Amino acid sequence: MPRRERRSQRGGALGSPTSPLLHGTGKAEGCLPPAGSSPAPAAGVRVPELRGSREHAQVLAVETVGPYTLLRVARGRLEPGVPGQFFMLEAPGRLLPRPMSVCLAPPGELGFLIDPIGPGTRALCGLAVGDRFGILGPLGNGFRLDVERPLLVGGGIGVAPFPYLSERLGGPPAVLGFRSAWHAEAAALVPNADVVLEPTYVTEAMPAGHDVLACGPEPMLEAVRSLAPHAQLAWEAPMACGYGACYGCAIEIDGELKRLCVEGPVLGAAA
Amino acid sequence: MRLLNASGCLDALTAPDAVGQLDTYVTKTVTPLPRGGNSPVRIAETEVGMLNAIGLANPGIDAFVADHLPRLAGLGVPVWVSVGGFSMDDYVLVSARLEGCDEVAALELNLSCPNVDEVPENVGEVVAAVRAVTAKPLYAKLSPAVSDVSETACAAESAGADGLSLINTIRGLALDERTLRPLLARGVGGLSGPALRPIALAAVYACRRATDLPIVGMGGVATGRDAVELLAAGANDVAIGTAFFSDPGAATRIRSELTAELAALGFANPDNAVGVAHEPEVSTLNRESRVELKKYLHTTANMEG
Repeated sequence: MPRRERRSQRGGALGSPTSPLLHGTGKAEGCLPPAGSSPAPAAGVRVPELRGSREHAQVLAVETVGPYTLLRVARGRLEPGVPGQFFMLEAPGRLLPRPMSVCLAPPGELGFLIDPIGPGTRALCGLAVGDRFGILGPLGNGFRLDVERPLLVGGGIGVAPFPYLSERLGGPPAVLGFRSAWHAEAAALVPNADVVLEPTYVTEAMPAGHDVLACGPEPMLEAVRSLAPHAQLAWEAPMACGYGACYGCAIEIDGELKRLCVEGPVLGAAA
Repeated sequence: MRLLNASGCLDALTAPDAVGQLDTYVTKTVTPLPRGGNSPVRIAETEVGMLNAIGLANPGIDAFVADHLPRLAGLGVPVWVSVGGFSMDDYVLVSARLEGCDEVAALELNLSCPNVDEVPENVGEVVAAVRAVTAKPLYAKLSPAVSDVSETACAAESAGADGLSLINTIRGLALDERTLRPLLARGVGGLSGPALRPIALAAVYACRRATDLPIVGMGGVATGRDAVELLAAGANDVAIGTAFFSDPGAATRIRSELTAELAALGFANPDNAVGVAHEPEVSTLNRESRVELKKYLHTTANMEG
């Protein structure tokens, strides 16, 4: 049986994660064209190659944070990547892994904040200390950190990437919105955070004149962008693979359907 | 036996290392014009598999030939191009454009995508029309969602197909846990993954009885054992699909499991396992037949090994 040598083409000419193509958005209005009528991917679009690696990571701790679960795993040889990048976490008993952004990256560890909203996330929250499970990453494109006056704006489980992002940015101010005081327990993970609870929205508490880095539900991201057109926004979509294979996570970017896993998940106006 | 990827389950340009584990790379389906695909949500997980309604997203034949193909050629594995369309002319146009491309080792006609509305009605006619414009090896990828897939296989063979790819996904539906509305924006999608395994086995088994064409078996292959069973049913080659989504290293793992599984079953070579499901079972209960079995395993079936 033929067995081919593995060929590595890393560092080739297929584009870099900071290609301007990835930050040229400004017009995804949330409303997508009907099936079959959407414009196709542009010729010659370069997307980054898979740079993450896969390991069977061991669970170090499972902590409760309001309705959420903070899953801490041994990092092994995995790189934590840039805040806003994500990992695919094998969900025990499920066919497909689930994408989770890095929440914490202390030495030797990776932390993921998980909202148990479906069978996969519930299975992940059910992991116990000592369990091992497959984890692939870091994947996608994270936040650009070269900003002068950073402000983190997040809603609900969208605060997940902020503890690591805040650490990398030196503890910038944050405005976080939650459904209830119980959900807002997650704000304790983010330094210098102002918390608002429904029916107040984060957009009502956002100070002006900042470089906004936002993550949260789609309506929140749209509202944030209307106030801060140059904001970097971390989007979310169902994903099967996380590395560009399945084409499942397409969202509209500049009038084109693009794979959020390789062209996102962080998108922003041109710097 | 070759290990391939199922079309649409691996992007060589974003995961070249995963492609390097394969013997042949099969592209995502190419159509005449660029397509963005269906609106999101385009994938959903079920208890027994995965649904997708991607909708043949691809750059179109012009951009594919100009931009993608040269980069695919640099991967160092033979490239098969999956050809799709919405009419006979579409298949002919794409196939004819690829005829002059030396980088293309074979064509696989996607005659069975469940996620587009207009599907070709007559497999034989499409195969014959494409046969007229290409000298490249031509594989027909068939749907198992027909009353007798071996009839379709024979029609493809008569029309000039060089091989069969079995099987494509089957239409399925998943509903949201809370709202009870379809999870996919398009409603239905193509079911892949473990649920397809017995269906793929049955299709390969039926087609192997009906034709001598080479068969690429696929459908829910997640372990070496799954691959061995497809070989036994009559597949000559095996493709991995949904298993890539949970692990880009799936091909390496499945290949090593396959080698171990074949060795444990007494096969010196994967090709020796092809079609054994069709041969009479040799009882292992009495001593005489055990000797026969041993003779069979070490002589007849393993001549090449």
